[in-house]
Amino acid sequence: MAETRRLTQTSARAIPGLGAVTLLRIAIIATILLTWELVAASGWLYKDVVPSFFAIAKALFNLLTTRVMVCQADFSLGPIPLRWELWMPEFYCHLGRTVREIGLALLIGGFSGLLIGLTLGANRFLSRAFEPVLYYLGPTPKIIFFPIMIMWFGLGPGSKVAMGAVSCFFPVVLSAAAGVREIDKVLIRVGKSFRANAWQTATKIYLPAMRPAIINSVRLGLGIALIGTLLAETKLSNFGIGFLIMQAYFLFDMPRMYASLIVLFVLAIGANSFISRLGHIDPIRSR
Amino acid sequence: MAAKSDFVWQKYGPAIVGFGAVAVSIIFIEILIRIGVINRFIVPLPSQIAVSFERVILEEEIPRRFLQTAGECLAAGILVTVVGIAFGALLHRVHLLRQATEIWVAAMASAPTVLMYPLFMVIFGRSATTIIMMGFAAGLAPVILKTVEGLSGARRVLINVGRSFNLTERQLFWKILFPAALPTIFVGIRLGLIFALINVVGVEFLINFGGLGQLINDLAERYDLPGTYAAICFVILVSVLFFMAMEKAEKWLRPGA
Repeated sequence: MAETRRLTQTSARAIPGLGAVTLLRIAIIATILLTWELVAASGWLYKDVVPSFFAIAKALFNLLTTRVMVCQADFSLGPIPLRWELWMPEFYCHLGRTVREIGLALLIGGFSGLLIGLTLGANRFLSRAFEPVLYYLGPTPKIIFFPIMIMWFGLGPGSKVAMGAVSCFFPVVLSAAAGVREIDKVLIRVGKSFRANAWQTATKIYLPAMRPAIINSVRLGLGIALIGTLLAETKLSNFGIGFLIMQAYFLFDMPRMYASLIVLFVLAIGANSFISRLGHIDPIRSR
Repeated sequence: MAAKSDFVWQKYGPAIVGFGAVAVSIIFIEILIRIGVINRFIVPLPSQIAVSFERVILEEEIPRRFLQTAGECLAAGILVTVVGIAFGALLHRVHLLRQATEIWVAAMASAPTVLMYPLFMVIFGRSATTIIMMGFAAGLAPVILKTVEGLSGARRVLINVGRSFNLTERQLFWKILFPAALPTIFVGIRLGLIFALINVVGVEFLINFGGLGQLINDLAERYDLPGTYAAICFVILVSVLFFMAMEKAEKWLRPGA
């Protein structure tokens, strides 16, 4: 009897993740899906505004696998040609364009933000002179700069990259400057006592001590660059995930719109979680 | 004397340098445009922008637009505060629910919710409701998270005092937990209102409906460059003033923070 109980307890423990929390999560998801299906079938809302979950799943499958087209991937760097053509579902061509725009935006806005943030963080006078301006400009809605970006960089990917870069610049500057100021002064004094030169101080003390702050900056910058770039794509574009969402809206293809939004949210939250894990950042407390 | 001037420089020097740099940049851009280095059909003269402020305020119904945007922000803010605090309190009370869903709320905070505006347009139409609901969706997560954090951070000794007075659960919440958590909850409300404002103005611009956001879109579509830049400056000014007011309110609530 005792042996049976021991075996039962062992097998219960052997099924990981099936605790009360997991069961509650499953119950919540099941309730949401069931309610969704009921609303979709009842016709309480306008027809097709809430499509059946199966219609969304089918649209998701179609989105990721069908409408194969020739996709031109162009990663040329100046005189070095890095260009090829691939046959793939249309979605991945749009995803590729959006990822490239976000990547460039993060590179430009994030790198310049990091450099300026490090300078402001290291110099108290400059910090007091310029940080208030950046601090108060930070929470303004950046999408309002889009008309200016179109005038400066045209209707193509340039204006979307610029939108993303402007959006991510501010949080990266402020986070990097705060990161420099939070470095333990003892570490810097230890470096000085070992007569570390500027390069050694930067690589052996500043950068390792700032790793969480830099990763947090990149995480914030990525999230904001993604929003800036995609919003610009929804406003005026003929390519990218933002364009796909607007295309589904104009065609009133609701399952496809839901599918596009699901993929986008999964990618955005996934990228955010990945960077958070990289920097050991608590996703709840870092809000 | 030298010490006094040094003190004055230490105190006001950074502000002088900061504002001076901004002023010099504006003058420099004006010169570059006048000598033809920057195309004046892409970047209007800063002096033209300054002059067009009056025109934009008088001709584009700025007070009405401002009130409309403020009203949408207020509606979104009330929704965010009421629903956010209620849901946060529920998560604090039901520990299992908190364990199961807090990570989802955190994920929602990092999700690009503003991109759901086409979906909201289908559901609510091209109307103020869409704008308010977008502001609400964007601002909800920080209020929930900060409410949970504030209620969980209430000092144990205060709760014990309440229990020693035989307070009911309701009394304990309203007389001890909620007042103790209020400063932290207000941080969440401030963040939520800022997110709501950003999204309200952003969605107004994107769907070309409403107050200040629509004004920028209108002026840009008319290719009124000085007007567009002036309207953008006006929106930035409103956002900065709103942000500063929220900060003052937070400092008043959390004097030691």
